[in-house]
Amino acid sequence: MDDNTEPLLVIDDLAVEFRTDEGVVKAVDGAAFTIDRGEIVGVVGESGSGKSVTAMSILGLVKSGRRVRGAIRFRGRDLGTLPAKELRSIRGAEIAMIFQDPMTALNPVVTIGRQIVEALRLHDKRLSKAAARDRAIELLALVGMPDAAARFKQFPHEFSGGMRQRAMIAMAIANGPSLLIADEPTTALDVTIQAQVLDLLKVAQQETQAATLLITHDLGVVAELADRVVVMYAGRVVEQGDVTTVFTAPRHPYTVGLLESLPRLDRDVDELHPIPGSPPSLLAPPPGCPFHPRCPLARDRCRTERPELRVVGNGTAVHRTACHFAEELAAVPTEVTR
Amino acid sequence: MSDLRPSLDTPDVAAAEEVVAAEATATGVRTQRRSPAAMAVRRFKRNKVAVAGGVFLLIILVLALFAPLIAQQSPTAVDLGQIRRPPSGEHWLGTDASGRDVFARLLYAARVSLLVGVFAALVSVLLGTVIGAVAGLFGGWVDTLLMRTADMVLSFPPIVVIIVLAGLLGPSIPILIIAIAATTWPTPARLVRGVTLTVREREYLHAARVAGASRGWLLRKHIVPAAMGQIVVVGTLLVAQAILAEAVLSFLGLGVQPPQASWGNMLNDAQSLTVIQSMPWLWLPPGLAIAATVLAVNFVGDGLRDAVDPRQSGRS
Ligand SMILES: Nc1ncnc2c1ncn2[C@@H]1O[C@H](COP(=O)(O)OP(=O)(O)OP(=O)(O)O)[C@@H](O)[C@H]1O
Ligand code: SF4
Ligand SMILES: [Mg+2]
Repeated sequence: MDDNTEPLLVIDDLAVEFRTDEGVVKAVDGAAFTIDRGEIVGVVGESGSGKSVTAMSILGLVKSGRRVRGAIRFRGRDLGTLPAKELRSIRGAEIAMIFQDPMTALNPVVTIGRQIVEALRLHDKRLSKAAARDRAIELLALVGMPDAAARFKQFPHEFSGGMRQRAMIAMAIANGPSLLIADEPTTALDVTIQAQVLDLLKVAQQETQAATLLITHDLGVVAELADRVVVMYAGRVVEQGDVTTVFTAPRHPYTVGLLESLPRLDRDVDELHPIPGSPPSLLAPPPGCPFHPRCPLARDRCRTERPELRVVGNGTAVHRTACHFAEELAAVPTEVTR
Repeated sequence: MSDLRPSLDTPDVAAAEEVVAAEATATGVRTQRRSPAAMAVRRFKRNKVAVAGGVFLLIILVLALFAPLIAQQSPTAVDLGQIRRPPSGEHWLGTDASGRDVFARLLYAARVSLLVGVFAALVSVLLGTVIGAVAGLFGGWVDTLLMRTADMVLSFPPIVVIIVLAGLLGPSIPILIIAIAATTWPTPARLVRGVTLTVREREYLHAARVAGASRGWLLRKHIVPAAMGQIVVVGTLLVAQAILAEAVLSFLGLGVQPPQASWGNMLNDAQSLTVIQSMPWLWLPPGLAIAATVLAVNFVGDGLRDAVDPRQSGRS
């Protein structure tokens, strides 16, 4: 079944629309990237750039959205054409998700243990209750839950935020997925425990050897955890490549803007440069390059011709950007470091 | 009998979920690990009236189950030489118009009345739960169709529907049960649909889908458990209504047929003024049995409602 000639996940020209009272929202408009087995890919971009919608599209669970274009292939199989039953057997088993807010993603009136047991038994009907229980306690211990057997019997509200997210991660890796999707897994947590949960995510990833799609606003997290980074803007991928390459030699003005808006130790606050302007309306995206109203390099060609993703740079790793004038950025040495 | 459907406020899942969290926190570490069900049981036990109702029902149940051991006489043995005799050492509650022992009939009738009550409520709740959950989960035209049907069923006077059904299909216990269930399912259906609509918007339901759950799984593992407390409440109140319905229909000759005894058809004999005035042993025992049992079931039902959702206590 497994097609080894292709990456684990291929997202090819994905476009997702929502019909709203104001018109058609083009939430994702031609997104394309791949994930290899075992690698961590960070997806960054401003709020509303289509990160979550892209992630939910992989699972075929975009609420009220419509996929209008493109394909998503997982292990060589087109997820869009799979029968519902097969898709369900992939969800939670081969592709698992870690949600942003574990408090709302867990059923408040069911014990943590039972929720993990059910996640296991959902995909293995022959698993006995006792075996599932043992496995669940094992998983809780694996994610660093002290006194796992006692914790097993508790309800979500009896857990701290960090512990809940640990339980959520235990549940996600329960069935040994080959792809983990984490949509802002630490945003809802206290700053003090964010680092712990990220460390745990790394452990879980190493334990399961699962490829990970890590959606975040935090470029620092990407720099620390991810192998590759995908930068999204207005429903498109504007730049992607190896984390070091993209962060040290960005080839898209939007990525440059993101990096310059980061607070850094070696820079005073008044040197921060938030990207001027705001993301474009997805109801009526600007023609040509969607970034042109905010781009310092914009010129006539940008307003009419849509830049496609193309390979840039001379490094060994593949580095792609969707900017007509990417080469001009190469002339400007970027002082951004990891 | 005028309305078989207990009225219920729209279920408030959010409130129930919050209460679970709030109470667990408030009761401190030692009792924290109680499940929502355990907490409901504890609240129920504090309600003296409801507990008394429950004890009374338990006694009735034991009497019904052990009727053959308790009653010294046969409930169906006709003795035309001893018609409408007042209570005596031989016939504790006298005899009826066919000379049958009223006490024995009362005990055996309890079996029939409770059976009809419980089964009719069970069928009604099962039907209503499935219909309500399907309507809520599928939405769209499925929802519209099912809920319009429910409205239609609710707009018929149930007694008329039951009389027509019993008249068409002939009176029997299964027909009685089906007829009562067929006219009462909209109440649990609306309730479960309401819970489904609330739970459907919950992030954890979305998370369950992401984890690979089918609609059937969501139903079994998330929706029915969320609605369970309220389903039990409606179910209990439906038992009371069904016992009453059985009594009325049997009294009218459309329910349980003699010689089998039911509380309703025992009242059959009490249709003349002479009987009512001078032979109270013929109608007082079944009449009291019906009234007390229905009252006890309602007490239990109200107690359960308060136990399941403490925020609704005080409201009727
Ligand atoms: N159900 C929906 N109906 C209408 N529009 C939607 C819906 N879901 C998402 N959108 C729109 O699609 C766009 C992309 O949303 P998405 O949630 O993917 O953004 P995001 O990159 O994850 O943002 P954030 O960082 O805030 O999570 C947004 O403009 C959003 O308003
Ligand atoms: S294509 Fe033009 S507008 Fe778009 S990012 Fe490049 S320079 Fe800026
Ligand atoms: Mg998002």
